[in-house]
Amino acid sequence: MFYIYCPYCEEYREEEEFHPKGEAHIARPEDPDNCTDEEWGDYLFFRKNPRGVHHELWVHAAGCRKFFNVTRDTQSYRIYESYKIGEQPSVSA
Amino acid sequence: MTQINRLQTGGRIDRSKPLAFRFDGKSYQGYQGDTLASALLANGVDVVGRSFKYSRPRGIMAAGADEPNAVLQLGATEATQIPNVRATQQAVYDGLEAQPTNGWPNVNLDAMGFVGRWFGRFMPPGFYYKTFMYPQSLWMFYEKHIRRAAGLGRSPRAPDADQYDHINQHADVLVVGAGPAGLGAALAAARTGARVILADEQEELGGSLLDSAAQIDGEAASVWVTRVLNELADCENVQLLPRSTVNGYHDHNFLTIHERRADHLGDRAPDGMTRQRLHRLRARWVVLATGAHERPLVYGNNDVPGCFVAAALSTYLRRYAVAPGHSLVVSTANDYGYRAAFDWQDAGHEVVALVDSRANPQGAWQDEARKRGLRLITGAAVTDVRGSKRVKAAAIVPLNEDGTQATGSLQWLTCDTVATSGGWSPAVHLSCHTGARPQWRDDIIGFVPGKSREQMLTAGAVAGSYSLTDCLKEGVAAGLKAATDAGFSGADVPVPTVSELAETAPMALFAVPHPKPSSRAPKQFVDYQNDVTAAGIELATREGFESIEHVKRYTAMGFGTDQGKLGNINGMAIAARSLGQTIPETGTTVFRPNYTPVTFGAIAGRHCRDLFEPKRFTAMQPWHEQHGAEFENVGQWKRPWYYPKPGESMQEALNRECLATRESVGILDASTLGKIDIQGKDAREFIGRIYSNAWAKLAPGKCRYGLMCGEDGMVFDDGVTSCLGENHFLMTTTTGGAAGVLEWLELYHQTEWPELEVYFNSVTDHWATMGVAGPNSRKLLAELIEDIDLDGEAFRFMDWRQGTICGVPCRVFRISFTGELQYEINVPAHYGLYIWERLFEHGEKYNLTPYGTETMHILRAEKGFIIAGQDTDGSVHPYDLGMGWAVGENKPFSFIGRRGMKREDCVRPNRKQFVGLKTKDPNIVLPEGVHAVADPNQPKPMAMLGHVTSSYYSAFLGRSIALGFIKGGHERMGDTVYYPLEDGRVVEAEICSTIFLDPKGERQNV
Ligand SMILES: [Zn+2]
Repeated sequence: MFYIYCPYCEEYREEEEFHPKGEAHIARPEDPDNCTDEEWGDYLFFRKNPRGVHHELWVHAAGCRKFFNVTRDTQSYRIYESYKIGEQPSVSA
Repeated sequence: MTQINRLQTGGRIDRSKPLAFRFDGKSYQGYQGDTLASALLANGVDVVGRSFKYSRPRGIMAAGADEPNAVLQLGATEATQIPNVRATQQAVYDGLEAQPTNGWPNVNLDAMGFVGRWFGRFMPPGFYYKTFMYPQSLWMFYEKHIRRAAGLGRSPRAPDADQYDHINQHADVLVVGAGPAGLGAALAAARTGARVILADEQEELGGSLLDSAAQIDGEAASVWVTRVLNELADCENVQLLPRSTVNGYHDHNFLTIHERRADHLGDRAPDGMTRQRLHRLRARWVVLATGAHERPLVYGNNDVPGCFVAAALSTYLRRYAVAPGHSLVVSTANDYGYRAAFDWQDAGHEVVALVDSRANPQGAWQDEARKRGLRLITGAAVTDVRGSKRVKAAAIVPLNEDGTQATGSLQWLTCDTVATSGGWSPAVHLSCHTGARPQWRDDIIGFVPGKSREQMLTAGAVAGSYSLTDCLKEGVAAGLKAATDAGFSGADVPVPTVSELAETAPMALFAVPHPKPSSRAPKQFVDYQNDVTAAGIELATREGFESIEHVKRYTAMGFGTDQGKLGNINGMAIAARSLGQTIPETGTTVFRPNYTPVTFGAIAGRHCRDLFEPKRFTAMQPWHEQHGAEFENVGQWKRPWYYPKPGESMQEALNRECLATRESVGILDASTLGKIDIQGKDAREFIGRIYSNAWAKLAPGKCRYGLMCGEDGMVFDDGVTSCLGENHFLMTTTTGGAAGVLEWLELYHQTEWPELEVYFNSVTDHWATMGVAGPNSRKLLAELIEDIDLDGEAFRFMDWRQGTICGVPCRVFRISFTGELQYEINVPAHYGLYIWERLFEHGEKYNLTPYGTETMHILRAEKGFIIAGQDTDGSVHPYDLGMGWAVGENKPFSFIGRRGMKREDCVRPNRKQFVGLKTKDPNIVLPEGVHAVADPNQPKPMAMLGHVTSSYYSAFLGRSIALGFIKGGHERMGDTVYYPLEDGRVVEAEICSTIFLDPKGERQNV
């Protein structure tokens, strides 16, 4: 069970308080109506599944209800950092 | 015959406290301080079970978690049955009842023996795969018979009478294991002021020191243990956890500890005390001082009762004052085995021979053996044993220098006990849980923990350090380092001085060669629980299984409840030799949580029965219960399902509720619908982006139905949203979808459109909601509501008003999920029951009838209203539902779902579309979920057209009605389709409009 730092609460809390929401930094296209089916399909369905460093979106569901990002190694489960929406990660693959 | 094997003096048992217990139907006596194993051995009980495959008699071999044979069933009553208890880890208490888990009618007269021997011949390695894979249909047959023969214990048939609980904990330093290294670590860490938890699986803290002959600081080791424990017990920053097994080492230094608080006290826990507790611990640093398990040598008939692991013999002699035999042969590949011979001799029993496989060992232990006058035989090992229920003799054979070949003939020695030592295997299990691969060390002939990514240190035998001095030194150092890294300092912990004999190098010996090849030699057991033999492992490698993980699965080695603690390394060594590899080349299998079995009670804790899951009730729950409601679970909510009158069937109740509502007035407790209060200057814009339909012009005082879609265009929730003020809205969601919708709103606000000023708050529980529906609803409400003009022109359909009902502030929404004239009254939840009762006082003359969720479903189905999650399944967009009117095509912002529902597959013809269905026979109610076909006589598999999502009998219409999907259904009105049912019947139905009643909406617009 992970020990996750919420950048809004500024505390480590147990994983049970959080929900994982998939890959981070997936921006909704600016103009959906002018996306091709393929572009929209990529946005909708295609996600990275790296072995190693991964940026993930989490929500402090049973806490402050804020969404934030986590940089996590999918192999070692080590969490390198938590950062707020709109910020960029300092650790990358 | 009482305690014939008990020594007159010594041990840590209390001879003044005798305890009576029963095993296999016979009464015995032990002492306070005994384990069940030591007490059985004290009473001369040799046979404690029968083996899995061959039904061979088995006795106690070890003294701890590594014991493979003495796995018993405990419990005096049905409610207190516990399977798979290791007798070596269970304290004896007065009145303890234990049964063998195998052997019928008892372990000494075993009727299954014949079956086992007969069956065993048909169970070679790989038996599971070879036999059970084909044909699969016979598995049930096999399983029943194998389970009976296997003796895996049984679960209780009555509810557990005890309580269990969980505790969440934090520690700066967790020390696992309270032997010399663990005590040193705990003491060092404690003196820094760090919060320390010391957990150990045994009844007493002290580990190997409890049976050690060594002196620490000039005193008996046990005196030093007492002194350290006294100091630790006085520290406020230290928690001592005996009888507590650290069973799992999970991510980010999260560990689970299984504490047996009352298992040593009796069949049931004392009143007010939980039986077991699961600690969920987050530790900053972990010091593993888990020690090591001694490996027995593998030799012929090594499972005959009377064969022991050497160190276990010392434990029984010195800690429990039990000598389980009279004449002993020790066979060892190292100095450690010597201790058993010395302890046996000190107890006044005969050591027939001390057999050392090393050609010419010269050191302090050998000098001591000679000084004691023991018969020391070198360059040899035990290779066979005679006896069935007890050892009668042991055969030794001379070996070549590296122990790979027998170089002479057998020499039989008369004895009743054999003790062997092949060396120590560090207890690397917990470190493996963290993903660390064990590393082989040639010098100690064992695997030690690999580098861990967790904040973990190791000390003592688990790290391959076996001398007492090293254990103490490493323990103190690890405790200090862990506490320092956790931010503490300032401890002064001198390492105690120890006098012990120096060691000479051990020899790598696992399986003792027999003059015959292992396929012809007597059975040489490696894994006792699964009857895996050396010959079986060799057969597996010959059949091409080269990976140790495959060998493990093929032979079932290590699959028992002991996870191969005793036999795995021997098995790997045998596989490696057979494959012509080194042990590190072959590698080790991975240990996973849990270290030892954990009861379901401890895992569940208090999360059982009434506390299994929260239950949510509305404010009107007492009334529902008083009026005989049957309840239905909707998420965590308990909702009235229907209200049967005495003697009424469910269908009769539904018919009555439906007719009363349509003909006069009915009432539904709708409090469970999700309610989200939305405010902010951009609230309207935000709602417009989330819902598929238009919201720009909805004025205060008005309500609108909305469809919520995903980015894929598929409907996932719906509900009515009301405009409370220019920048203030109240959104309702489905009962089950409330939490998900709130998270959805937050997701889009926080991650996509943070520039919008909007705030969300769940107000579901703040309001009690009553849906009053039917032609008399207005008349009824007019008697109770003073300040709202209910006139049809003044308060129109899809309007809401604020007012007062019976003196209570309320919001009234004129919306309808029934097609009738309907008002939804919302009052603050704590007034809910009061208003509900007032409504019934005044409603009696109108035959006001409460109805539940089932009637609600029927009434809405008559009108063709969907239930999101029942009529939709994530593959349905608004056009599929015939609800294109709820898609705001002209909205400027590309709302969620718009692009998705325009994908190629979403606009193709012949999609499954939502339609009404009327069975040809109006009395047949189609089962929900059945699939339509065009021609019921076509060959199977038939081409499916779509399935039924909702189906009811409508009393008001006097016939069955159904809703469902049909390919291209919107263009197929009037067509006939067929539903083949499971029982062979085929039901014919006609495709029709989803609106069965009042298509013009005249009933609600009055
Ligand atoms: Zn938070």
